[in-house]
Amino acid sequence: MGVEGIGARVLRKEDKRFITGKGRYTDDMVVPGMKHAAFVRSPHAHAKVTSIDAEAAKKMPGVIGVLTGKELKADGIGNLICGWMVHSKDGSPMKMGAWSPLATDAVRYVGDAVVIVVADTKGQARDAAEAVEVTYEELPVVVNAVAAMKQGAPQLHPEASGNLIFDWDLGDEKATSDAFAKAAHVTKLDIVNNRLVPNAMEPRATLGVYDAAEDHFTCWTTSQNPHVARLVMSAFYNVAPENKLRVIAPDVGGGFGSKIFIYPEEVICLWASKKTGVPVKWAADRSESFLADAHGRDHATHAEIAFDKDNRIVGLKVQTVANFGAYMSLFSSSVPTYLYATLLSGQYDIPAIHANVKAVYTNTAPVDAYRGAGRPEASFVVERIMETAARELKVSPAELRRKNFIRSFPHQTPVIMTYDAGDFDATLDAATKAADYAGFEKRRDEAAKRGKLRGIGMSCYIEACGIAPSAAVGSLGAGVGLWESAEVRVNAVGTIEILTGSHSHGQGHETTFAQLAAERFGVPIDSVSIVHGDTDKVQMGMGTYGSRSGAVGMSAIVKALDKVEAKAKKIAAHLLEADEADIEIKNGDVKVAGTDKSLPWFQVALAAYTAHNLPSGMEPGLKEGAFYDPSNFTFPGGCHICEVEIDPDTGTTEIVQFVAADDFGKIINPMIVEGQVHGGLAQGIGQALLEGTHYDDSGQLLTASYMDYTMPRAQNLPSFNVMTTETVCPSNPLGIKGCGEAGAIGSPPAVINAITDAIHNNDLTMPATPQIVWAAIQAVK
Amino acid sequence: MYETQYHRATSVEGAARLMGEAEDGKYLAGGMTLIPTMKQRLASPSDLIDLRRIEALKGIKIDGRKVRIGAVTTHYDVSVNEELAKICPAITNLASHIGDPQVRNMGTIGGSIANNDPAADYPSAMLALDATIITNQRSVPASAFFTGLFETALEPDEIITAVEFTTPDKAAYKKFPNPASLYAMAGVFVARSGDRVRVAVTGAGENGVYRLKDAETALASSFGPSALDTLSVNPDGLLSDLHATAEYRANLVKVMAKRAVAEIANRPM
Ligand SMILES: Cc1cc2nc3c(=O)[nH]c(=O)nc-3n(C[C@H](O)[C@H](O)[C@H](O)COP(=O)(O)OP(=O)(O)OC[C@H]3O[C@@H](n4cnc5c(N)ncnc54)[C@H](O)[C@@H]3O)c2cc1C
Repeated sequence: MGVEGIGARVLRKEDKRFITGKGRYTDDMVVPGMKHAAFVRSPHAHAKVTSIDAEAAKKMPGVIGVLTGKELKADGIGNLICGWMVHSKDGSPMKMGAWSPLATDAVRYVGDAVVIVVADTKGQARDAAEAVEVTYEELPVVVNAVAAMKQGAPQLHPEASGNLIFDWDLGDEKATSDAFAKAAHVTKLDIVNNRLVPNAMEPRATLGVYDAAEDHFTCWTTSQNPHVARLVMSAFYNVAPENKLRVIAPDVGGGFGSKIFIYPEEVICLWASKKTGVPVKWAADRSESFLADAHGRDHATHAEIAFDKDNRIVGLKVQTVANFGAYMSLFSSSVPTYLYATLLSGQYDIPAIHANVKAVYTNTAPVDAYRGAGRPEASFVVERIMETAARELKVSPAELRRKNFIRSFPHQTPVIMTYDAGDFDATLDAATKAADYAGFEKRRDEAAKRGKLRGIGMSCYIEACGIAPSAAVGSLGAGVGLWESAEVRVNAVGTIEILTGSHSHGQGHETTFAQLAAERFGVPIDSVSIVHGDTDKVQMGMGTYGSRSGAVGMSAIVKALDKVEAKAKKIAAHLLEADEADIEIKNGDVKVAGTDKSLPWFQVALAAYTAHNLPSGMEPGLKEGAFYDPSNFTFPGGCHICEVEIDPDTGTTEIVQFVAADDFGKIINPMIVEGQVHGGLAQGIGQALLEGTHYDDSGQLLTASYMDYTMPRAQNLPSFNVMTTETVCPSNPLGIKGCGEAGAIGSPPAVINAITDAIHNNDLTMPATPQIVWAAIQAVK
Repeated sequence: MYETQYHRATSVEGAARLMGEAEDGKYLAGGMTLIPTMKQRLASPSDLIDLRRIEALKGIKIDGRKVRIGAVTTHYDVSVNEELAKICPAITNLASHIGDPQVRNMGTIGGSIANNDPAADYPSAMLALDATIITNQRSVPASAFFTGLFETALEPDEIITAVEFTTPDKAAYKKFPNPASLYAMAGVFVARSGDRVRVAVTGAGENGVYRLKDAETALASSFGPSALDTLSVNPDGLLSDLHATAEYRANLVKVMAKRAVAEIANRPM
């Protein structure tokens, strides 16, 4: 390992610009003639749109255009789609209702876009938006997914009878019931995984620019995957063919999943730019973000787990109702299915699992992937029920888990996944030791003397990253392949540009990706630049989500580096008159092993471009590209332990200790990994303690601002004790697993297990706010 | 935000005159309530008359046990005033727990009591301290000033210039914050002078700040947290929302009251 190579704690190159306010975000972009958009959004959760009168708005000062869904349709712009086909257990395809970017005849959630107004200033656009008169005929509303499945519930889409999008099964139902029939003990649990609003620091924004002379569109947008945006807008939304559509995602201030999807606003602003003849920019304010960003989670689950007389798990049954909101967002169908039920085996050797998932429309904002996407929901089910079972069986939660750990790899679970590597004892040992798990009862007694209820809870999670082998996900219904591409360009002076299809929106790619080249050629990371986020620069890519930029994105870079290295060695061997096999590249020098013959790295690069003296037949230049398609998912796993103290008088929970021991495989930059874990834990603890999303019965979002939606603050969080263990991932060349979501996946069950332990009441909903905890204490008094 | 005309007043009289001339004017202090309301297009004053540069409205004056706090004094300035902390730490402590640092550096005591948010902290102190609200027209006792949710005795063009109170022997404020907004979900201010005890509650009442008379009576005869053991706070008439049901608020009022009393009982001053 060099000082800046793999494993080094290199400070983040990008932070200077972020910390000094010099980042360049979509809303910072200004192009000549640019105008501003405001959307008229539905104030009703469910209504027919009977008429739209834009005459008054059109006469308002500064107004350039007031455009409706009818015009959008007339110009052939397509409906928004969900790009992952899921089939119900009866074999029928999922029932996707139409989602017009601008509502034409009906609105289905508060915030549904109805009209776009373009004006000289943002203020004028908003003034005019208020002057648009939309007449609605209100319809009955349903916001809860379980209620939406009942007979007589309001119907959202004619395509989905009973609001049911799919009724999907995974696993062997018969084998599972047989296992339950012979069980010595069965633990049952009903849980709700609370809906979350993503709240990236930078609200969504887009700038659509149509160039009439070239008949060409440019879309600046807050995206985690600009190439996917271009692909979907070209292939499905009929905006423009790919060669006439450039998508640029510049600095993006956090995504957490919510910026994967193609939203109505991007499509509409591009179309409106052509229609009005001016570049059109829209930037959401925070209220719009609350209403119209895709939300996360929102599952209601019944689970049962069966044990034999030796406390070995013999089966697991899970029934989940997933709230999809008013429309199917781009990857919504994959989240509660292939990213959820496939992880229900957890870290345990479970012979039989059966899961059923019902996906349901409601009059709420669309729900899609959010940090962890399905895996937090799975680990919440598995780790809450394991802790509950341990209490019922009166055995140590740690020992019950240990008894059931998978210990031989590869391990085929009954729910598709093949775990390639792991050592669950190692993370459990590391965490229990660091947390002094064994000494807890003493601390509980000491706290009791101070009038506090102290509790401890753990979670031994597993998750799947590095999404994903293209053929495998294709067979499961994905509309895209999930490989990644990279290009390594060595300049004539030896500096390096790495072009990647991954997209950084907080992850630190500009640093970690550069470390790969620093490791390989011994060059300073300052001489390595990372280029991403522009479809005109990077040929193709699948973007960043599902902790895939390490395992998939960096693997593509490694493949391209291999090719560059091979060519550089050929050139060096030729120049140094040595055998190619004897050439080694170290500390910026290209040497003949065992001799003092060497060339500085830059001279090899220069030789490639002067092309005065290359091996015969070799092309000039030193630039290579690669595509990498993973052979498997990767499986990070770990053990999180949370210790809490509760004030019984007010129900306030204080986290007094949080230990996270994670196995992420090989680590490129430990400092960045720790940062990812800290952020993930803050989000997971936010879900467990603070973040509640509430719609009232009429479909109004009650928690639509920070006055009512509680984001985690520093004061809500302890100083985290994080550590890693390592089993090398055999499924990619770097041996890495991914770390971006683990914090948010492992922590919620640990927190809730700790609180329920402290208050001796297992019936506790998230977020466990003081009021909820206080009421749960009263209930068992 | 709708278009509005901004004026910077330099005297109380000038501010009142500007208000008289305005079609639908509003005084502006820290803007921590008014500006967000305008940004959400829920208020559209034709004119904003900024009071913050008026010298006569600034600062804290202490004379023995008499305290005068100018209307545009920020929460931050109250929270760090050492002289005030010596004679009435309860109020500096209260100010230090309002919102977050940004809010404390902008928000003012005059704005807070003029607004009379049912979850604001200062109204409880004003009521428990038996403070007098001084305006450009008159003096109003706190007991007559806070008249309901976001309602006060102020006339539309009246300006709060200061608040005045005599510090009690001992006082304490305990607040249970709303987890999201950090406003009070139940805040209890207890002031004791000789045998006289006043207990004021904010954040909980359906009509805003109110005195908890049962607690006052119990504490007048025996001052200590155990005097409130049998206190029963009726949930009827208390706010109920997402964050706290009326029952939970009733519990918080009692717990905060006991904690405030305990703090006084355990503190030398
Ligand atoms: C995020 C956030 C958190 C907050 N948390 C708390 C909290 O925990 N506790 C708490 O108590 N408060 C809290 N506040 C409120 C804040 O502290 C201010 O006290 C409050 O916003 C009003 O004061 P201001 O000076 O900002 O008044 P402004 O917003 O400028 O004015 C408010 C109203 O009072 C009128 N007004 C202002 N000054 C005068 C005057 N001298 N005479 C007559 N009328 C006047 C204005 O016309 C307006 O109607 C919070 C605010 C925010 C934004």
